[in-house]
Amino acid sequence: MIRIIQTALELGFGYAPVAIALFLSYRILDIADLSTDGCFVLGAAVSVSLAAAGHPLLAIVLAMLCGAAVGCLSAELQTYFGIPSILAGIIVNTGLYTVNLLVMGWRSNVNLIKGESIFTMFQKAGAGAVSDISLLAAGAALPALFLHFFLATRIGLSIRATGDNPIMVRASSIDPSRTIRIGLSISGAFTALSGALIGQYQKAVDINSGTGVVVIGLACLIIGETVLGKRSVTKSIIGAILGSVLYRFIYAFVLYTQIVPVQGLKLLTSLIVAAAIAAPVLKEKEALRRRMRKEEGKDA
Amino acid sequence: MLELKNVSKTFFPGTADEKQAIKDLSLKVDKGEFITIIGSNGAGKSTMFQLIAGSLLADTGRVFLGGEDVTFVPEHIRSRSIGRLFQDPLSGTAPGLTIEENLALVYLHIKKGSSAFSRVGKEERELLRERLSLLQMGLEDRMKQPVGLLSGGQRQALTLLLATLDVPKLLLLDEHTAALDPASAEKVMQLTDDIVKENGITCLMITHNLYQALEAGTRTLIMSDGRICADLSGEERKNMSVDDLQKLFRETAGKNYAVDRMLLT
Repeated sequence: MIRIIQTALELGFGYAPVAIALFLSYRILDIADLSTDGCFVLGAAVSVSLAAAGHPLLAIVLAMLCGAAVGCLSAELQTYFGIPSILAGIIVNTGLYTVNLLVMGWRSNVNLIKGESIFTMFQKAGAGAVSDISLLAAGAALPALFLHFFLATRIGLSIRATGDNPIMVRASSIDPSRTIRIGLSISGAFTALSGALIGQYQKAVDINSGTGVVVIGLACLIIGETVLGKRSVTKSIIGAILGSVLYRFIYAFVLYTQIVPVQGLKLLTSLIVAAAIAAPVLKEKEALRRRMRKEEGKDA
Repeated sequence: MLELKNVSKTFFPGTADEKQAIKDLSLKVDKGEFITIIGSNGAGKSTMFQLIAGSLLADTGRVFLGGEDVTFVPEHIRSRSIGRLFQDPLSGTAPGLTIEENLALVYLHIKKGSSAFSRVGKEERELLRERLSLLQMGLEDRMKQPVGLLSGGQRQALTLLLATLDVPKLLLLDEHTAALDPASAEKVMQLTDDIVKENGITCLMITHNLYQALEAGTRTLIMSDGRICADLSGEERKNMSVDDLQKLFRETAGKNYAVDRMLLT
């Protein structure tokens, strides 16, 4: 039982940077950046390959840089080349499949059974059993802290304004191409960080390990918002981490009790996300329908 | 300060919808002038503003700002010296950001020696609060609230404050009180007048209100069909009544008058 809780916490923290990244791209910038799946695998591929070559720490840093480059590319496709944002993400994602294979030496999976990871390094340093969890928690906390401070800086506020009121930004001295580029680069770096951490944690990377990461990340974001509300930036960031952990607990619960077959979990996740995003619209339609029925009643 | 030299702009060239919005227009504005602009719908007033601000680039002609040729300078660079207010009171502020964050955003961009990673400190927050209190709307006590909660008049007043936080070389007001209720409109216009006069800002204001056109500012332009067809200043303008202006408008702007009578009140 404790093992289940521990695993849920570890995976929750490990995937949390994806939810934070989506908070930045989807909520703050109002851009549905679908390069997440490929970016996550790229982070994992770079991380595991370099760790296997003996540089586990450098691997994390480099993975984040690669993720930032992906975010930057996705932004350029949207701003400079005028490709609609959803399409730009899909194009990047598709291209990344090949890039990821290349990084993994044209194999569909790479493992780290013999090599050192940051986790084994930490254990050797004497951190003991809690090391994995604290390391992954730090992996979630650092991006969160960074974002908390960053979004109050000049460039951070400019990024928030870009997503909040594009008309205002265009009439101001802020260059929206630049704020989108910086925002998506950071978001890409966070996504890749998550991939890098999870890759070394699981000691393996598979070319298909990113499938559905974007939807799960959105689900985490929405769960967090439901629990903590989305009034302030700080609450939303904490909510993203909390949502990520809660999602893994739900996952563990389903796995343990088998109330839904495990194969059905992705379907369930997409249903949750679709329902959560559709909820405000449905509520409005229902209110209108109720009013119409009431007015009709009056006439008769 | 501002000069347009033989500027033209055509929309949808080569199609059935082709429309020459600005026709070989020239205008010279001196530093400190406050010009009001009237004209019927489609006269090219807003298009002229967009050409000045860089949201549109002129097909022909040149735009000079402060003696510098800015014809091909992108909008966000020109924005450093141009403040703009639009008719929609929601367009100039970010609703999801708090009042304080909106102020900080603009303040950090104009503050000398600030970097991309600068944040607003405690003293500066106090300074912004003081500036906000000049609006006399009690907004200084609501700094932590999102701007989306403010009324249209309050948001337009805040936009005005943001646009003039750093005195701009040029202030463009595109019917900025037209969408407000009469009381708010008067309040915002009063604030505009005070701020413009106090700082000697060069200002262009589009309005549909003939009274406002004569009351505010130092010079009045009548635009029609992509051209400036009357340019009033000095004694001539001083002695003019709203009726005189309406008559002049009818004579110069001519054929569209029947429609405009509805608009010009």
